[in-house]
This record gives sequence, C-alpha cells and structure tokens, in this order.
Amino acid sequence: MKFMLLIYGNEENFSAMPPAEFEQLVRETDALNRQLLEAGELVGAYGVADPLNAMVVQVGDAGTTVTDGPYAEVKEFLASFTIVDCDSLERAVEIAALNPAARYVGVEIRPLMHEASLEM
Amino acid sequence: MTSDGRWDEWADVRRLVPDVLGVLVRRHGRFDECEDAVQEALVAASVQWPVEGRPDSPKAWLLTVAARRLANRRRSDTARRHREERDAVLASASSGDPAPSDDDALTLLFLCCHPALSPTAQAALTLRAVAGLTTAEIARAYLVPEATMAQRISRAKQRIRDAGATFALPPASERSERLRVVLEVLYLLFNEGYTAMSGPALLRPDLTAEAIRLAREVHRIVPVDGEVAGLLALMLLVDARRPARTGLDGTLVPLAEQDRSLWDRTAIAEGVALVTASLTTTRLGPYQLQAAIAALHDEAPTATETDWSQIVALYRLLERMAPGPTVTLNRAVAEAMVHGPQAGLDLLATVRIDERVSGAHRFGSVRAHLLEMAGDMAEAGEAYRRAARQTSSIPERRHLLARAARLEASERAP
Repeated sequence: MKFMLLIYGNEENFSAMPPAEFEQLVRETDALNRQLLEAGELVGAYGVADPLNAMVVQVGDAGTTVTDGPYAEVKEFLASFTIVDCDSLERAVEIAALNPAARYVGVEIRPLMHEASLEM
Repeated sequence: MTSDGRWDEWADVRRLVPDVLGVLVRRHGRFDECEDAVQEALVAASVQWPVEGRPDSPKAWLLTVAARRLANRRRSDTARRHREERDAVLASASSGDPAPSDDDALTLLFLCCHPALSPTAQAALTLRAVAGLTTAEIARAYLVPEATMAQRISRAKQRIRDAGATFALPPASERSERLRVVLEVLYLLFNEGYTAMSGPALLRPDLTAEAIRLAREVHRIVPVDGEVAGLLALMLLVDARRPARTGLDGTLVPLAEQDRSLWDRTAIAEGVALVTASLTTTRLGPYQLQAAIAALHDEAPTATETDWSQIVALYRLLERMAPGPTVTLNRAVAEAMVHGPQAGLDLLATVRIDERVSGAHRFGSVRAHLLEMAGDMAEAGEAYRRAARQTSSIPERRHLLARAARLEASERAP
C-alpha cells in the first residue's frame, strides 16, 4: 500500500528554529530515509523548494499562461513529502511518527489512489 | 525481455530458476548468495541470449553462469567469507545428495514464505527466487523503483538468515502451518495481479498467471492437500471471469451484469473439477468453500439463476470456519438475495467496522447496494457516494460514483 506523508510548514516555524536544532532535524530525516530505503519501503522523499519558486500553469482559450505562485499570502506551505510503500496503514503511522517533523508541525498521511479493486 | 512481447518464451526459462537455485544451494550452501547469483545469471541470459541465441541446455547454462558468479563473489570478498564461516550457514543438512527437485521447489517456497517476513516481503522474494522474475520486473509489477524492490528482497533474505532458517523442508509437524502461509502469499500475488486493472500490460508481469502457475506447481507436489486444490480452483474460477470484468472503457462490470459468454469455460471446468474432487476427498477448508461459492456463480447460466440458497449455506459455513468482516459482508449480500434486502441490512448492522481501516468502503458499498435493493434510493445514493470517498481504488471509485449518479438520475426521472 502506498502512502504519501506530507509535512507542511511556514516561514515562522522553520526560521525560528535554532540552527543546531534544524541540523538535528535534517540529520534525523536523512537517517529515517536511509532506514526506509534499506527496508525497501521508500518510493521517494523530496523537499519542496520555497513557495517563492512556485508557478501555476493554466491552459485556456488564449493558450498557456504561466504565473508566479498565487498563494504567497498563505502561511502554511508544503515543505516536503515522502512516498512509502508498506504493509499497512498502521506501519505508515509508525513511519510518520518516526519523522522528526511529527514533533513540530505534524505529518499528514494520505493513502494514494491505486488501480486495484476488489472482486465485485 | 517482456517489452517486445516474448514473455511466453521467457516463461520457460524462468521455470528453471527454482531448479537451478535448488542445485546451487545444495552444492554451495548460503541461500541468499546463491539466490543473488541465479538472479545475475538470469539477467545475463536476458541480455546475451537474444543476441547470441539460446544455448542448447538453458538450465546447464544458467547453472554454470550462476556458479561462476558465486565463485567470483566469494573470491572477491574475503571479509564476507570470514563472516560467512561465523554465521549460521544456510547449507543443506545432507552431504550434497541431489534430492528430488520437487522437494527443492517446495523447500524454496517455504523459505521465501518464512513466517519471519512480512507478506509484501514474502511475495517479493517468492516472485524472484521461485517464479524467476527479475528485480526490475517485480518492481514494475508493484510500481516502485527498482532500488526499493532490490532492498526489499535483500532485507527479506537477511531476515531469513537471522531467523536461522536452513535450506531444508520444515519438520513434518510444522509443514501444514507453513503451507498455509505459502497459500496466503500465492493468494496475495493472485489478487495483486487480478486487481491491477490497467497500465502498460506488456510492461507489467502478469502476477495472476504467476500465482496460478505456482499454485498448480504446489498442487502437483502436494496433491493430497485439499486447501491447495481449493486455492488453485478458486484462482481458476475467479480468473475465468476476467474477460468480462471490465467494460471497453475500463470500468468495472459487477458480476450480475457481466456478459457470461465471455467467461473462460475451460478454466471453469478445471476449477469445478478440482473443487468437487477436494470437497469429497479431503478435509474441508476456507479456500475450498470460497472455490465452491465461486463455482456456483460460474455455473449459473444467468445472474438470476444463481443458486443463492446454496451460496448462503456455504457462507455460513465459511463464517464459522474463518470469521471476518469480509465474509460477513459477502454473506449479507447472499442473505439479501434469498431472504430480502432487510435480512442483509440487519446482518450488516451487526458488523462493526473501523471507518479508517482499508476496506471500510466495502461495508459502505454493500450497504448502498442493499438499500438500493430495498428501494431506498436517496439513502442508497448517499451511501454510494460515501463509499466512493472511502475507497482508494480508482476503478472502484468510478464504479461507485456511477452507481450513485444512476440512482439520482432515476430519482429525477418522472
């Protein structure tokens, strides 16, 4: 079963963090990702660039337009996401709890849609 | 090797893998290293044979190449050799007497389906060491990166080693319990394949066919086990409906609406014969009961001619033997067909389902179906929509939303 683990943040809670603490958070995250990779559970883990770099692509009658991220005023932004493939939701919860961000902002779990279905 | 459509030809080669692996482990010990070596030989074959032609004896070729890889590996890594000598080795207990390969195949399956492993790890290792798929193919089947799958397999082998397992058949007293685990893994593989509805089929190995092939193999080796026969029958009877299971646009077609002329009659005949024989000669078990239910569906000329009272009786038996929410849900549908929708809804009311567990939508969709049968269209529509939100399966969500839309349209119609 695949799950997406999302970590949201805002400018305040990341820049307010003392550098040593932030480094610790990064170290713990790296260690967790390594552990998940070795267990064969990691599909991918990505940090998301600052919303300053966000763009929105729209296709309309006038063709394709690209605008800078329109949500600049939004406080919370997607900071990173991890996709895991594990045995159960319980395991996904366990993995989320291992993420150091769970101690700060929390980790959101979203089951990923799949092509499978039960016999009807 | 599958992308150019030569899957069938290659399947013959993959069939040699457990045999080659069995010989190698008996000769050299260390299941995990031998398994890697056989995998490397298989990958080498997939590269070399299309260019240089297939060798006269593919098995001898694979064995030679795998043995050479194993030797190179051991020579180049003395540190590992020291560690190896310290470790409990996964060597055969006997002095290299070539045992019958049926035993090897079974031993391999027991090893891959070791109880120390999680189901996904058991499935992955079985696909590689017994079904002879490459890591890349297994990764494609599960839509994960190859590195992830490689790690999953290597971790599984490490777990087996840590558990102190040896390349030998489990003692007779444990064998039937271990066989249950093997059957669970094969059923998991079957469902994984059966439910993979779309996607580049040519690039994704057919796990359903693999599961059936392996179940057939186990049945050949242990013909007296009724549950092995039952599982093989169940797979054949369910897979027989595959051509009718999806519409042209890829949407799910429920059993009652399937075009039964598309069903595979040969597979049905084989499944029915298997389950009939095992029901009369062996001890009853859950797979046989599920196969018997599938057989009743498959043998009904039309949906309305389905022998629902017989199906109710079988579900009641199954519920006693292997209770669980899924069985009760299925029984609720059958009870409704015999005793009316209210009987089904009453039974559902006794089931407690945690809304967040996977499969919770099944409860909702059955309830919606029964409400629809009872003529409570508004409630039914709502229940379908709720179930659609709960499922994480794309085809199921589409199906449930279509049902809801159909009800709402008929509500609006005069």
